[in-house]
Amino acid sequence: MTLLHHIGKYALLLKRAFARPEKHKVYYIRLIREMEILGLNSVGIVVIISFFMGAVITIQTAYNTENPLFPTYLIGLAARDSILLEFSSTIVALILAGKVGSNIASELGTMRVTEQIDALEIMGVNSAGYLILPKILGLMILAPFLSALSMIVGLFGGWISGTAAGVISTPDYIYGIQFAFIPFYITYSLIKSVIFAFIITTVSSYHGYYTSGGALEVGRSSTLAVVHSSVVILLFNLILTHVMLS
Amino acid sequence: MIEVRDINKSFEDLHVLKDVSVNFQQGKTNLIIGKSGSGKTVLLKCIVGLLEVDSGDIFYSEQCFTSMNNKEKKQIRQKFGMLFQGAALFDSLTVEENVRFKLDMFTRMTESEKTARVNFCLSRVNLENKNLLLPSELSGGMKKRVAIARAIVLNPRYLFCDEPNSGLDPQTAILIDRLIKDITEEFNMTTIVNTHDLNSVMEIGDKVVFIHEGSKWWEGTSKEILESDNTELNNFVFATSLVRQLKKQDDI
Ligand SMILES: Nc1ncnc2c1ncn2[C@@H]1O[C@H](COP(=O)(O)OP(=O)(O)OP(=O)(O)O)[C@@H](O)[C@H]1O
Ligand SMILES: [Mg+2]
Repeated sequence: MTLLHHIGKYALLLKRAFARPEKHKVYYIRLIREMEILGLNSVGIVVIISFFMGAVITIQTAYNTENPLFPTYLIGLAARDSILLEFSSTIVALILAGKVGSNIASELGTMRVTEQIDALEIMGVNSAGYLILPKILGLMILAPFLSALSMIVGLFGGWISGTAAGVISTPDYIYGIQFAFIPFYITYSLIKSVIFAFIITTVSSYHGYYTSGGALEVGRSSTLAVVHSSVVILLFNLILTHVMLS
Repeated sequence: MIEVRDINKSFEDLHVLKDVSVNFQQGKTNLIIGKSGSGKTVLLKCIVGLLEVDSGDIFYSEQCFTSMNNKEKKQIRQKFGMLFQGAALFDSLTVEENVRFKLDMFTRMTESEKTARVNFCLSRVNLENKNLLLPSELSGGMKKRVAIARAIVLNPRYLFCDEPNSGLDPQTAILIDRLIKDITEEFNMTTIVNTHDLNSVMEIGDKVVFIHEGSKWWEGTSKEILESDNTELNNFVFATSLVRQLKKQDDI
């Protein structure tokens, strides 16, 4: 019952967010700004996470397959598939849910409790459209780039750690990450990242926009935003994997 | 003109507004006075539609606001100017961007026209050369003044001010009061001001509505206040000794 209530309210908010903008130029400027805040400012964390993820996956695969019959280049292949299929989209999305989700919810929550959202409404501005739409589009546009960046950095991290630990040679690694390569995996991952960006921004906006009370509730909304975005991402990850890869 | 007809508003068990009916006249500064917690802000928010009334109607120049759809509400709101009790400036935008906001959103002015208009409005609230500051860098009173500049930037037809001069020094308070009265007359606006400042009541109150515990207790002009024999109103008005003395002098 309450879940249905939330889903309905969420859908209505989205409907308002996607209403026709009052003035395209103002929204365009907002979009550019959100792309910077949500997307570009996340490049650093994506790079760090991806590098270490790639590094760890490669070494772990190596240690788990210490078998003379197992050609070492397969370590490269296994690392590549893990990075492409799961890590560069799902794990990066979970990290972004933490960073971007809490950012969005606390920003909108503060605007709500300090009556800035009311001030927008009173001016005759569609506050949901003005505040939320640029966030949704901004992250959806940049998410595939972040995901692609994560793939590249992840594979690089795997190479550095694999060769440094002496578990795989450079030629083997290069051969391995090209071996039996399925280009669709990249498409699959990029599509997932766009959908996850939509989930993060909309779920967090929902929690922020409907904050009521004071500073304490803003904190609560921001926690809920992260938790709920993460859960929904994991759920959709399961569904998308089933739909797209089976 | 704004007409409020029999509105009621409750928050769960708390019945805040009880059958309030009142007319606010065009070209006049209409004041809503009352003790803290009497329901002034709630009344103002019901009038502008930020809170939904439980029953009753609100009319803007004979148009029923309560039965309008969202699109019609949005349209009429473009003629609103509102000052919130807590200023409610957009805290990611500078002073200038705050005041410009409606110009960017709703007009086709050129950049230089916008800048000129912004500077003019800021000068009317005595805030020059603060254009590039962020709201977090302003004092409470300065925020209020920026919020007033933002509210009047498009010459609204309806102006709503919730405690425009709380937190301001007496000199600035008078300046703001005069500004509100002047622009109201100049542009023939319908202005509603919430206040518990008796200076403002005497200075600018063309029409005064006294709210007591969520009901309209009394209405009249600022002159009639001193002569009224309504107990609650007298308790409210004559709470300060200065006004009591004024009343005595009047009586002699
Ligand atoms: N959103 C809300 N939810 C529940 N109760 C509320 C809400 N807003 C106001 N109230 C209650 O309504 C009553 C009137 O509040 P209101 O803010 O209108 O007072 P006020 O006359 O503006 O006072 P002040 O002069 O201090 O601003 C108070 O008892 C308050 O607790
Ligand atoms: Mg109030």
